[in-house]
Amino acid sequence: MKHVTAWFQALLTLAVLAGIPDASAQDLRLATTTSTENSGLLKVILPKFEAKSHVTVHVIAVGTGKALKLGENGDADVLLVHAPAAELAFMAAGHGVNRRKVMHNDFVVVGPPSDPAGLLGITDVITAFRRIAEKKAKFISRGDDSGTDQMEKSYWPLSGVSPAGQSWYVSAGQGMGEVLTMAAELQAYTLTDRSTFAAYRARSGLEIHVQGDPRMFNPYHVMAVNPAKYPDIDFKGAKAFSDWITSPEGQQAIADFQIEGKQVFFPDAQEPDQPSR
Amino acid sequence: MDWLTTTEQAFRLLLTADPDLWAIILVSLKVSLLAMLIASPVAIGAGYLLATASFRGRQLLIQLNQGLLASPTVVIGLMLYLLLSRQGVFGSLHLLFTRKAMILGQIIIALPVLLVFTLSAVQGADPRVRETTLSLGATRLRTALTTLAEVRFGVMAAVFSAFGRVVSEIGCSLMVGGNIAGFTRNIPTAIALETSKGEFAQGIALGFMLLAIALMVNFALAFLQGESG
Repeated sequence: MKHVTAWFQALLTLAVLAGIPDASAQDLRLATTTSTENSGLLKVILPKFEAKSHVTVHVIAVGTGKALKLGENGDADVLLVHAPAAELAFMAAGHGVNRRKVMHNDFVVVGPPSDPAGLLGITDVITAFRRIAEKKAKFISRGDDSGTDQMEKSYWPLSGVSPAGQSWYVSAGQGMGEVLTMAAELQAYTLTDRSTFAAYRARSGLEIHVQGDPRMFNPYHVMAVNPAKYPDIDFKGAKAFSDWITSPEGQQAIADFQIEGKQVFFPDAQEPDQPSR
Repeated sequence: MDWLTTTEQAFRLLLTADPDLWAIILVSLKVSLLAMLIASPVAIGAGYLLATASFRGRQLLIQLNQGLLASPTVVIGLMLYLLLSRQGVFGSLHLLFTRKAMILGQIIIALPVLLVFTLSAVQGADPRVRETTLSLGATRLRTALTTLAEVRFGVMAAVFSAFGRVVSEIGCSLMVGGNIAGFTRNIPTAIALETSKGEFAQGIALGFMLLAIALMVNFALAFLQGESG
């Protein structure tokens, strides 16, 4: 009997030490892409927002497809994503409000230094993709419906290639970081955003082969989840976050973020060219 | 990636008490210990009842629990996710992406392990213990506690196994916790993330920590056992 009692006492003591979980349902849930988290941007800029607004931000870093789904289901309060076509569909369906430009970077085609498909010198991403297919050079696709994945999938039809099922085309179903690591291991090409690649360049040993095509422009938008659909959502926090990240202070924080001494995200909230709904 | 330098970096992270690292370790401890604290009494009690009582459907219940031992944690995570999502039945509780959701998931994972191991321990006990205790006029509760004390090694094994399963599982924690830094990021989900980022040192440091926690829990329980066993 004594040991059973002792055993429960031990468990109780441990539980008290561990404390009761202090989950607060009203912390702001930001669903975003792996690129903003893996590049280290959010870790640098979010504390500035939290200090100013006294809102605690919980970052759920997933692919853009999943992030939009979380917003649609009311499981996130605010979204920071990069897949314009999917975002417009999201807005049109009434899932979100107050979509605003935040920043951009661009996509690049990276691959092994040996450049087996001979992409060096090509500046057109469609030609580059066609060349990869012709040479049957290994290509790793995210395959996870992320913004990067959707962008890649939009290039293949333009190059007249249907890569699905080809032996040289690998659909990984993983985040950007995993795919870059995989591309390095398999000496393959992949499409990546410049910011994540900057964080991985040194340890992956991969190089940029194609860049500068206007089709590889990669804009990020912030959207609040529609409070009319989910009245108990933290819309106030979502608005505070949207306002801050598009304010001069938030934009400056994005511009100040550097990897290996280089700016990787370019704030553009103040530029009025594209209509933002 | 050099194995030796990575391991060296890992130890440096542990020794310098990197605050991010310790926040992750604390989340793992809080969630798994609380889940065990809630699940253990219920499941051990149920395991004892299943071993000693006879009623219709008993065999089915036992087989169901034995089957659940092999259930992938991602499946439990997925079902819990669908229930806790704002669109789900329990959406109004706002539990998705909180530590409470992780605790709930780990309780569900721990229950069949605790139950099946307790069941087999009690079934293996000398039946005279129960008979004698009962004949001496002990209440049913008293009898149950005496029997469980008698087979405490088996019950301990149940607790070890269940703790080992919940503290190391990733599928459910990732799905219902969301791997939120400083809040629901525990050791397994952090290892997956750091590995995906190519930060192998952080992953290894956390791996060592997970092993150390498992060993410490084992030693602590073995010490309690040792008092009389």
